Amino acid sequence: MVKARGIITTLLRLLALGATLSATVVMVTSHDSADVLNLKFSAKYTNSPTFKYYVIAEAIASGYSLIVLFLSSKSLVWRLIVILDVVIAMLLTSSISAALAIAQIGKKGNSHAGWLPICGQVPKFCDHVTGALVAGFVAAIVYLVLNLYSLHAVLSPLFPVKP
Amino acid sequence: MAPQSGTEKPMFAYSSITCQAKSGWSWTLVGLRLLAFLATAAAAVVMLLNKQTKTLVIATVGTTPVKLTLTAKFHHTPAFVFFVVANGLASIHNLLMLMVDLFGSKVDYKGLRFAMIAILDMLNVTLVSGGANAALFMAELGKNGNSHARWDKICDKFGRFCHRGGGALIASFAALALMLVISVISIVKVLKSSK
Repeated sequence: MVKARGIITTLLRLLALGATLSATVVMVTSHDSADVLNLKFSAKYTNSPTFKYYVIAEAIASGYSLIVLFLSSKSLVWRLIVILDVVIAMLLTSSISAALAIAQIGKKGNSHAGWLPICGQVPKFCDHVTGALVAGFVAAIVYLVLNLYSLHAVLSPLFPVKP
Repeated sequence: MAPQSGTEKPMFAYSSITCQAKSGWSWTLVGLRLLAFLATAAAAVVMLLNKQTKTLVIATVGTTPVKLTLTAKFHHTPAFVFFVVANGLASIHNLLMLMVDLFGSKVDYKGLRFAMIAILDMLNVTLVSGGANAALFMAELGKNGNSHARWDKICDKFGRFCHRGGGALIASFAALALMLVISVISIVKVLKSSK
């Protein structure tokens, strides 16, 4: 049973590593430019501090997943890993929700504040960012499942023998 | 905690766990939960009642001025709506956990009490972190604008709205820090009781 638990955790971490890594890479390589009324309108991920925070947070999460993957043994840091998993899940959900908020404005605009949507002018950038956000969302869900599984698996020696 | 003598081994393990459930009550955890409940409730309520109206005179026709009324409300932005909902749900959770800590020390469900508290705490930490950060970056956009996307800042026109929103954000981040500490304590309890 211990082996099965270890395999599932490793698989989930591998999945999370892939998702966070792809989110980082896709966001970093997203750029587009358009010429609107003789003005060069270029869109890169560095134009918005939210997307910069998104890249940094996903990079931290992928580095953490990589390190923990190579740490899988019955060592004493396992309790610290469970706690750090909660912190990293919090980081991932914060970065994806902030990026989603800003991307929603970019796509639909905000009529009350007088902000026009920009996806009409730079569609390639918008598609790239959508892909990165999907990967980040998957990573956040996978980390939540990982946390639930760790907290549940820790309990299985606890279930008492029914009298 | 008198030793339970004369029982079989599995029963001993089970009864030691229920003994721990009765004595695992501490003032610091109750105090932290109370503070977290107050902080999340304050953040939700302040953002909910956040509204500012501005009346501008844009033209004068004869002697009657033509007025334009602009309002800033929290539900104009989905990020702030999510902020209010997340903080509301988290404050309900904190209240529930406070009641369980104060009055429900005999309540147990198949020995899963610590696990359910730990799991619920972790889920609510992620919820509050998502709501607080979405509102934070939306507020940063409102304060600084974005020159690349030609989005003007709005905080110079609606100063009170921005200040109240900032206050709600500070309360929510304080609540996030408190809830993270509470979640770590709950997880440590679960890990200790599963040794």
